[in-house]
Amino acid sequence: MEADNGISIESKSPFELRVNLAKDLPETTVKEALASGDMGFLHSFTTGSYLDGPGARVVAWTTGCGWRCQYCHNPDTWTLRNGFPISVGRATEELRKYRQGLKKMSGGLTISGGDPLMQDRFVVKLLAAAHAMGVHTCIETNGYFGERLSDAELATIDLVMLGIKTWDDERHIRLTGRSVEKTLAFARRLAALKKPMWVRFVLVPGLTDDPEDIAHIAQFAAALGNVERVEVLPFHQMGRFKWEQIGIPYALEAVEAPKPEAVERACEIFRSAGLKAL
Amino acid sequence: MAATAAPWDGFNSGLWQKEINVRDFIQQNYTPYDGDASFLAPATARTKGIWKKLNALFVEERKKSVLDVSPIPASITAHAPGYIDRAREIIVGLQTDAPLKRAIMPNGGFRLVVTALKTYGYTPDPAVVETFTKYRKTHNDAVFDAYTSDVRRCRSSHILTGLPDAYGRGRIIGDYRRVALYGVNRLIERKQEEKSALDDSPSTDAIIRDREELAEQIRALKELLQMAASYGYDISTPARSARDAVQWLYFGYLAGVKEQNGAAMSLGRVSTFLDIYFERDLAAGLLTEEQAQEIFDDFVIKLRIVRFLRTPEYDNLFAGDPTWVTESIGGMGDDGRSLVTKASFRMLQTLYNLGPAPEPNLTIWYSPNMPDGFRNFACKVAIDTSALQFESDEIMRRSWGDDGAIACCVSPMLIGKQMQFFGARSNMAKCLLYAINGGRDEISGEQIGPACPPVKGDVLDFDDVLARFEKSMDWLAGVYVNAMNIIHYMHDKYAYERVEMALHDYSPLRTMAFGMAGLSVVADSLSAIKHAKVRVVRDATGLVTDYKTEGEFPQFGNNDNRVDQLATWAVSTFMSKLRKYPTYRNAVHTQSILTITSNVVYGKATGNTPDGRRHGEPFAPGANPMHGRDIRGIHASAASVAKIPYRDAQDGISLTVSLVPEGLGRAAEDRVTNLTSMLDAYFSSTGFHMNVNVLNRDMLIDAMDHPENYPNLTIRVSGYAVNFIRLTREQQTDVISRTFHGS
Repeated sequence: MEADNGISIESKSPFELRVNLAKDLPETTVKEALASGDMGFLHSFTTGSYLDGPGARVVAWTTGCGWRCQYCHNPDTWTLRNGFPISVGRATEELRKYRQGLKKMSGGLTISGGDPLMQDRFVVKLLAAAHAMGVHTCIETNGYFGERLSDAELATIDLVMLGIKTWDDERHIRLTGRSVEKTLAFARRLAALKKPMWVRFVLVPGLTDDPEDIAHIAQFAAALGNVERVEVLPFHQMGRFKWEQIGIPYALEAVEAPKPEAVERACEIFRSAGLKAL
Repeated sequence: MAATAAPWDGFNSGLWQKEINVRDFIQQNYTPYDGDASFLAPATARTKGIWKKLNALFVEERKKSVLDVSPIPASITAHAPGYIDRAREIIVGLQTDAPLKRAIMPNGGFRLVVTALKTYGYTPDPAVVETFTKYRKTHNDAVFDAYTSDVRRCRSSHILTGLPDAYGRGRIIGDYRRVALYGVNRLIERKQEEKSALDDSPSTDAIIRDREELAEQIRALKELLQMAASYGYDISTPARSARDAVQWLYFGYLAGVKEQNGAAMSLGRVSTFLDIYFERDLAAGLLTEEQAQEIFDDFVIKLRIVRFLRTPEYDNLFAGDPTWVTESIGGMGDDGRSLVTKASFRMLQTLYNLGPAPEPNLTIWYSPNMPDGFRNFACKVAIDTSALQFESDEIMRRSWGDDGAIACCVSPMLIGKQMQFFGARSNMAKCLLYAINGGRDEISGEQIGPACPPVKGDVLDFDDVLARFEKSMDWLAGVYVNAMNIIHYMHDKYAYERVEMALHDYSPLRTMAFGMAGLSVVADSLSAIKHAKVRVVRDATGLVTDYKTEGEFPQFGNNDNRVDQLATWAVSTFMSKLRKYPTYRNAVHTQSILTITSNVVYGKATGNTPDGRRHGEPFAPGANPMHGRDIRGIHASAASVAKIPYRDAQDGISLTVSLVPEGLGRAAEDRVTNLTSMLDAYFSSTGFHMNVNVLNRDMLIDAMDHPENYPNLTIRVSGYAVNFIRLTREQQTDVISRTFHGS
């Protein structure tokens, strides 16, 4: 399938570097798109994912992220214009093909990124369209722009997967470039709305594996009351080549993936706070 | 184990008592089971002992390829009784007088027997050589007497491949259950009635053939009695206990594999039938669950050691030594009740008790309406063993009825009432290349098809190519039907499946199963011609030998109608061409989109194609998208395949899916549910068949060297999906080392 400007909308694999797919689009068009949400920018999409929310998911990865996490495995999603432009209508039409199957498979649509809330108008429109056709909806976000979504708009999202990177704010700023405060505020708001939520936590040896720090996140998440599960994602080096190819310095060259025991220990911390963790 | 007083005591009466009607017996008597797998019993020490003994023989067999060969030409009664461990076997009977000792079956073709014997270091018995070269003509000889020059050319250019002209056609399923339910005497009586009913018919060719076949069937049933007697069993009357029901049924099957080396010697659908006997004995306190499972385990052991003497070339084509002892399990009845019984579970349990194995080829007739307990257990077994395949109960039941079974891989047929004339497959990619080259072979340059002017100009025109392709298909269909008519005429005449057909009704529905390989290559090639610019490259003789494609084009396997419709068009168009030509015995034309593992061999024999596939590169298996081209994930890929219309591919449409356990969900408990829901979705839409591979580390390593076998292998790595075969070797190594920590 071709996107609206003739670019193939499927990446060959997440290992394919996707850059500059919308570089020739006029600035005014991009601005209009962001404001109206009639058009969005996607890095890629796939079907049949069982790891991006409950059941089988269609997953769309948006481009654009204001954070610069040191362990990001998709740095080519940072820049909006790396994505290909697609109208809400086209995206909805594509999703409709999978609607029956997604219902049978208790799955749905997941919008990940990038940070989907960088394109909040587009995401809201696509999720509303999905919701209207009876497809379960989910976003994966760091929550930084959570306030861009009204309560009514949040009602079209069935599940939020919120990435909490680390508890200590100084470390958080060092790791991501931003404070954790807005993430936590979004989490509290979701809790108040009783919005189902999964917490995603990336375990990076030497960076996010301080047991005390993890315990803080665990206590926070457990106290919210709306956290259905915590997913501890072991850091990996599959994204390293993208940093090299884009030509940005990569700080985690020497970091190895955590051992399974370390992942299990982190899960245990969440579990001892009363959370379901895996 | 004591037997009940009379064989049919305790059974509900019905039509089945008045006529040969196993389906009615099942419907009147079976007990649907809605529960889970917790009742199942593990292997007993006895079972493990026998299996261990065989495992030692398997090791020896693998070293030598063939453990031993009996010089005696096989028949139902040719060999003295054989045992694995006489004192401890529950179900008895071997193809020859010793386990894994193979028989020669010269009626199919003597040349093949001699080649196989020589390959494995045996000298054929001179008396046998004399018989089959001097006095007795074989199927193979007869077919070549009647082949036309067209057929010969198509065989040697590999546009028609794997035709059963030198080996047994197989894909005929005797209703072995009849032996248990009725006893052989009653079956002989029925055959005698069928034969005398023909006495008033004028003696046309067809009626004479029917009379002779019925006489052979009766003879075979008498030999079946004799063979069972040599093991100490009188199977002239119905089976009286669960154990006997299995033994009776197995004797019927054994007679089949004693006299025929068919490409696929499938078992049928026996589990739920047998369950009725097990329920009766369990209720009467004659059996414990442990004993019930033990009988199933012992039965399956026998099915796992079915062996045929074949040549290494044959084994290469089909990757190993397959026998396709396919057992169909589960499904729904016409009345809406699930056909799942405890015996359905016991049959799957053998994969745990004896460990995973390719045979018997356990096939779930999948319906989302089957009970959760069974669907989840089957999916768990699939994840743990990768040894199950799933086929659409809905599609097959609606077409053929609720007492059908799969022969081989994907060929459904109503048991005892339907048989097929197996026809391997045609190479549709080559057919397209012939269209472009005016009937010349793209590798040899020889004129194979009728000479016509090849394409003109440098850039292929879609409408021009399509018109030529249709003509090329028309010609190929004619040759193909001709070849099949000759083969099956001669097979009936020289290598008739006497005992298998004795376990069918008179004049069953016959299908003639054609096949197509290279569907996704054809679809993508047509898509390239239509949506991109394809330039031809010619050699000095004007033969188009290569293609240069500029621009992007949609590829099959991405749920994109622009190309999926081209695949559908190819299937339906070829089918309509085949239907134009009359078949032997008025068989119904059908077609499969199935290659088994021969996709590699077909690829080897096919030159460069317009989709960018290189000369010699394997095709995708069955109806699969070409590996690496379905880039939108498994849901999109399966959706493309599900569009192929069953009405034009009634012999089955095969899709192979490979996954790692992690790809089915982060939590182990989610994986079973997720696979179940994936199958629910595929089979509640128009999906026909899904082979589910859930891979382990060794399979991933194999996938690095043979990517064509793992088209959909999806690996999940902390938040994103990877198609394994698309990764660089370095990345693959990385994934393997990370996915399988510490192993």
